[in-house]
Amino acid sequence: MYTQALNTREAAAPEDPEREARFQARIDAEEKIEPNDWMPEAYRRTLIRQIAQHAHSEIVGMLPEGNWITRAPSLKRKAALLAKVQDEGGHGLYLYAAAETLGVSREELVALLLSGKQKYSSIFNYPTLTWADIGVIGWLVDGAAIMNQIPLCRCSYGPYARAMIRICKEESFHQRQGYEIMVTLARGTPEQKAMAQDALNRWWWPALMMFGPPDGDSQHTDTAMRWRIKRFTNDELRQKFVDATVPQAHHIGLTIPDDKLTFNDTTGHWEFGAIDWAEFKNVIAGNGPCNKQRLKQRNASHDAGAWVREAALAYAEKRRRREAAGRLVAAE
Amino acid sequence: MTDKNTPLWEVFIRTRNGMAHRHVGSVHAADATMALQNARDVYTRRGEGLSVWVVRSSEITASDPSEKGMMFEPADSKIYRHPTFYDVPDDVGHM
Repeated sequence: MYTQALNTREAAAPEDPEREARFQARIDAEEKIEPNDWMPEAYRRTLIRQIAQHAHSEIVGMLPEGNWITRAPSLKRKAALLAKVQDEGGHGLYLYAAAETLGVSREELVALLLSGKQKYSSIFNYPTLTWADIGVIGWLVDGAAIMNQIPLCRCSYGPYARAMIRICKEESFHQRQGYEIMVTLARGTPEQKAMAQDALNRWWWPALMMFGPPDGDSQHTDTAMRWRIKRFTNDELRQKFVDATVPQAHHIGLTIPDDKLTFNDTTGHWEFGAIDWAEFKNVIAGNGPCNKQRLKQRNASHDAGAWVREAALAYAEKRRRREAAGRLVAAE
Repeated sequence: MTDKNTPLWEVFIRTRNGMAHRHVGSVHAADATMALQNARDVYTRRGEGLSVWVVRSSEITASDPSEKGMMFEPADSKIYRHPTFYDVPDDVGHM
């Protein structure tokens, strides 16, 4: 049940090794944990952070793509992009609802995004310079998101797993529409093909960074794996993504911007060059090309909508009072 | 700024005729009309439903999972409620 009203959060519950052992046994037995079940505070905190940041990413992800809705090259592309951006908003809402079941309010979560206290995926701090970027985002960014999200459908926390199932069903449309844009450009005029290649050059490495730091540097992996919030490591997922994507690029005659890229016949995997983790850290730290612009735009929309939220609540309150007064009159 | 939190509503959708409404998630909305519209936009973008119900989350009374043992014990201890508890001669055939 997605009800925050029913979640009584025990204030600073003391650690309880016995309950924790029972909890871990349930996880090991692949039982789903539901909102009102006992859970260690660290599990709750980890999930709130992860689900909220995932939700923020969906919401901020609407901005780079929304930028192209009015400039899509045809009515068909425009309708598809509009539907995709609407889906991203929907995904953000499913995820916020899942986080709320852990005893945090929507308003608190939104405030954490707007103040910059919680992060969103670093990929959305890159600009969308041409129409081909919209193709690449669907193909690579949504493709990478699918790799990350499919294992989350089996995550130990029930509401998160259920939200992910809905999201994964919809992401498939996103990836296919993006790849179709790339196919069309790659088979178009030399200028169009060059535009597709340029977009791939700019987005390839940031897309690989979406899987997070290498396994050796990842702070949260061990606990997250033990709690079955995570089922594959960052590097495993990154490799899967590269293996799936390289042939798709070759199929449409595009070149992956990595001169170290080679296919290893023995392992059956594509081996790729070193990722520039300094760039990743810099973008996470707030210094990417668009960090400030994204947060500014999100804050401006939130502030501009304040009167709508207030008016809706005031109207609901007025209706409630009138109805109550009407009932009194009828009773007399 | 809004000080008051916008109320939470649980959303139930009937996917096909003949099926029961099923819980699919929740939305925030100031009133029931807007909750219905939000539920339509968030949960039925691809023909998932024929009918939507919304219920204020605060109106739901739920059992406590930590007391599920006591709550459901009566259902576990009465095996005579199941058809397999009763012996029927084989030559009677299917019953």
